[in-house]
Amino acid sequence: MIVLSDYLMVSGILLSIAVFGIFVNRRNMLILLMCIELLLLAVNTNFIAFSKFLNNMDGQIFVLFILTIAAAESAIGLAILVVMFRQRQTINVEEIDRLKG
Amino acid sequence: MSIEKIIFYVFAVSLIGAASGVVLVKNPVKAALCLVGAFFSAAGLWLMLEAQFLAITLVLVYVGAVMVLFLFIVMMLDIELKQLTEKFWQYFPAGFLIAALLILGFYIGLNTDKFAAILLGRSPLEAVQYSDVKLIGILLYSAYLYPFEIAGIILLTAIIAAISLTFRGHRLRKMVEANLQVSVKKQDRVRLIHLHSHQENR
Repeated sequence: MIVLSDYLMVSGILLSIAVFGIFVNRRNMLILLMCIELLLLAVNTNFIAFSKFLNNMDGQIFVLFILTIAAAESAIGLAILVVMFRQRQTINVEEIDRLKG
Repeated sequence: MSIEKIIFYVFAVSLIGAASGVVLVKNPVKAALCLVGAFFSAAGLWLMLEAQFLAITLVLVYVGAVMVLFLFIVMMLDIELKQLTEKFWQYFPAGFLIAALLILGFYIGLNTDKFAAILLGRSPLEAVQYSDVKLIGILLYSAYLYPFEIAGIILLTAIIAAISLTFRGHRLRKMVEANLQVSVKKQDRVRLIHLHSHQENR
């Protein structure tokens, strides 16, 4: 039988991989956005697992809202990425230092 | 080993493998495709948790819309990959250390007796016959009606923000501007100059 801690461990590993990805790919903004999607996926899996094991539907509603906000976030993030690429011809995060004093 | 366990481990391993692919692959197109695989595996896990509506939503909205958006952007931009993956190994140790500490922390936390051991080791309650979509719908349109409307407003804001950020106006188009065309006067276009019919100063 699969217990709650199995699901929690899977999403914990997923979250760790996403954090690792944010560290190693810190120059490529596209991969950074993808890693944020992975983080949210791990959190959503946690929510759904708790919702199932506590017999409470509120967790699933929360996941629905997180999905909405994540979709909006990635749309705006990609729009900002496109504008940045037009201005600087790069998506390297380390070169975005125009506001640096 | 029961069939349920086998399915769970298949989905879990493919989810973690695809997620590792996202962070380790150099090519952004391949990373986006790995992310699609990760979403599919996660949808499988969610199906096992009897969240059918959300699993289908994940596949439709994420794989169908958001990941296509990512692929569009990746293919639209002409990215220099070499420069972006230069310092991969420089940040590798720190990232690995933090990820390993996180996993260790989760493992210890989930295997301790002190933290809600009753809950963590519990198998799911015996399922009553119910419809997941129906329950979500009832909750969404009653108790969560106000957040639901706010979510709609946030999506509208995202649309407006994305369009207004990337819209470049008409300056690069060879479009005919009708209002300028009809309001033009004769003085704007026709210039009368006086030319002599014979050459002077010979």
